[in-house]
Amino acid sequence: MDIQQYPILGNNDTRSGFGDGLFEIGQQNTDVVALCADLTDSLKMGKFKQAFPARFYNTGVAEANMIGIAAGLTIGGKIPYTGTFANFSTGRVYDQIRQSVAYSGKPVKICASHAGISLGEDGATHQILEDIGLMKMLPGMMVVVPCDYMQTKLATIAIASVNQPVYLRFGRPKVPIFTREDQVFELGKAQLLQSGTDVSIFACGHLVWQALEAAKELATQGIYAEVVNIHTIKPLDNEAILQSVAKTRCVVTAEEHQQNGGLGDSIAQLLGTKMPTHIEMVAVKDKFGESGKPEELLTKYGLDAAHIVVAAKRVIGRKL
Amino acid sequence: MVLNAIFAAGYGLLPKHIIIDMKSITELQQLATQVRRDIVRMTNSAESGHPGGSLGCTDFLTALFFNVMHHQPTPFNMNGEGEDLFFLSNGHISPVFYSVLARSGYFPIHELATFRKLGSRLQGHPATKEGLPGVRIASGSLGQGLSVGIGAALAKRLNGDNRLIYTLHGDGELQEGQIWEAAMFAAHHKVDNLIATVDWNGQQIDGTNDQVMSLGDLPAKWRAFGWDVLQMDGHNTQEILDTLDEAKKRTVHGKPIAILMKTVMGKGVDFMEGTHKWHGVAPNNEQLAVALAQLPETLGDY
Repeated sequence: MDIQQYPILGNNDTRSGFGDGLFEIGQQNTDVVALCADLTDSLKMGKFKQAFPARFYNTGVAEANMIGIAAGLTIGGKIPYTGTFANFSTGRVYDQIRQSVAYSGKPVKICASHAGISLGEDGATHQILEDIGLMKMLPGMMVVVPCDYMQTKLATIAIASVNQPVYLRFGRPKVPIFTREDQVFELGKAQLLQSGTDVSIFACGHLVWQALEAAKELATQGIYAEVVNIHTIKPLDNEAILQSVAKTRCVVTAEEHQQNGGLGDSIAQLLGTKMPTHIEMVAVKDKFGESGKPEELLTKYGLDAAHIVVAAKRVIGRKL
Repeated sequence: MVLNAIFAAGYGLLPKHIIIDMKSITELQQLATQVRRDIVRMTNSAESGHPGGSLGCTDFLTALFFNVMHHQPTPFNMNGEGEDLFFLSNGHISPVFYSVLARSGYFPIHELATFRKLGSRLQGHPATKEGLPGVRIASGSLGQGLSVGIGAALAKRLNGDNRLIYTLHGDGELQEGQIWEAAMFAAHHKVDNLIATVDWNGQQIDGTNDQVMSLGDLPAKWRAFGWDVLQMDGHNTQEILDTLDEAKKRTVHGKPIAILMKTVMGKGVDFMEGTHKWHGVAPNNEQLAVALAQLPETLGDY
């Protein structure tokens, strides 16, 4: 069994992928406008602001208003991207998103940085672990969680042409870049990164890299894991998931999110109704986070490659 | 007959600086009476809905849609290029909104009979999902419409479209924090193609504003937030037209414009007037008969 090599092409934060993607789509499409709630540098939106000052609005620390204005901008044909931390992009403004964006069918692009526990030292007030669930519950909302800088950049560009509301989730820490600029990236289509026969690992966001590391470790023990990047959690690529599971007959999901409402929950729903399968979920188990370094937190909350390895062996054991 | 011609043409297509004579005022008042009949009949038929605020905003919305805004009911264009746009932020007064939209020609008048019923495009609170022409955003959860109006105003500015954005808000709604976020933004970013009107009837669900949560010195508050503030009697048609005319003249001068409109909740139906009790209660058949006796049928019921 060949283990796919993913050389580290660089090290950068996914939010920089957003900033660079936003600048690029801003150049391509003059209807693209951007709004930010006093976090322009943190969201890496400075390049867009500098290049297109007339299409950039700072709303101040007022996220509810930012979402409403974005909804209004679509009435007039604009393609608004809102940028703030994931906590303030979702939980804080849920009703504004629900009524003015989702129920009203407005194609606002809600772009959220500093998602998950890897936000680090700021602690649990800012480490939202419920945002994927909140957003995927809204009818008509697309949910995209790219895995590295390059994919975040491509996703940021791709969502401009989606005529529906989108939630784009990314993060704060610098992480390995392992996907290429010329990769095939299609919203709603899972990305097979590593073929395998013994277990399917479905991961999103920062945990895709951890899943690849876990697959390498498992291979040294003679276990061949299939690694699939589910960068679009809604709509879920049912076909790709069922195809993989039909072969491996057991599943590990991995995400930087609560188990309730996350990627694992979506996949369990699919498998429960279409193809009942043993599943282990690498996710946060009904807990709030805490301050610490990103890598320390990933380990403490069971979200790193080592935990994926353990989960894979456990679920393979249940299959046999 | 003149009114029918106006309906057919859509008033927005008439010459820009039309002189409003007494007859036109009379026509608007007749129209308002018919809209009030629609409101009480719709809420009676649905056995639910919000007649109080609807009746209070009837004179304003009638004047706005028939004499002030430049708009094209058909074919309905969501993006509204080249049109003045209206956003109802206090979505619960949907009966008056729907009646004025239908009587402006956005959709058939007989559709008012479906209000709040299963399968209707006339949802309890305005929505876009069912594709009702004239509605550009869902509203009902309060405090969101000013932000939406600002967004639409910014889009007009970016598109080089000189038309205006009008929004309407309840006074109780001003207790929502998002309103003041939006007020701050509009002043800071000089959103001066926007005219926001507040239905200042002093009433909300649990009682008067002063009993529930005082609004304080409302004109001073809006001025302190950087807005150009006008006030008017929301039941004096001439004053409504004059004030809106003045508001329009003040647009594109660097400040957003607020009109604080004094109204009587339940206006036009004596037993509903001046009390919060008819905020969200529909008249029963006997009450409907009493109400209709006070509101002559001027243009034909739906």
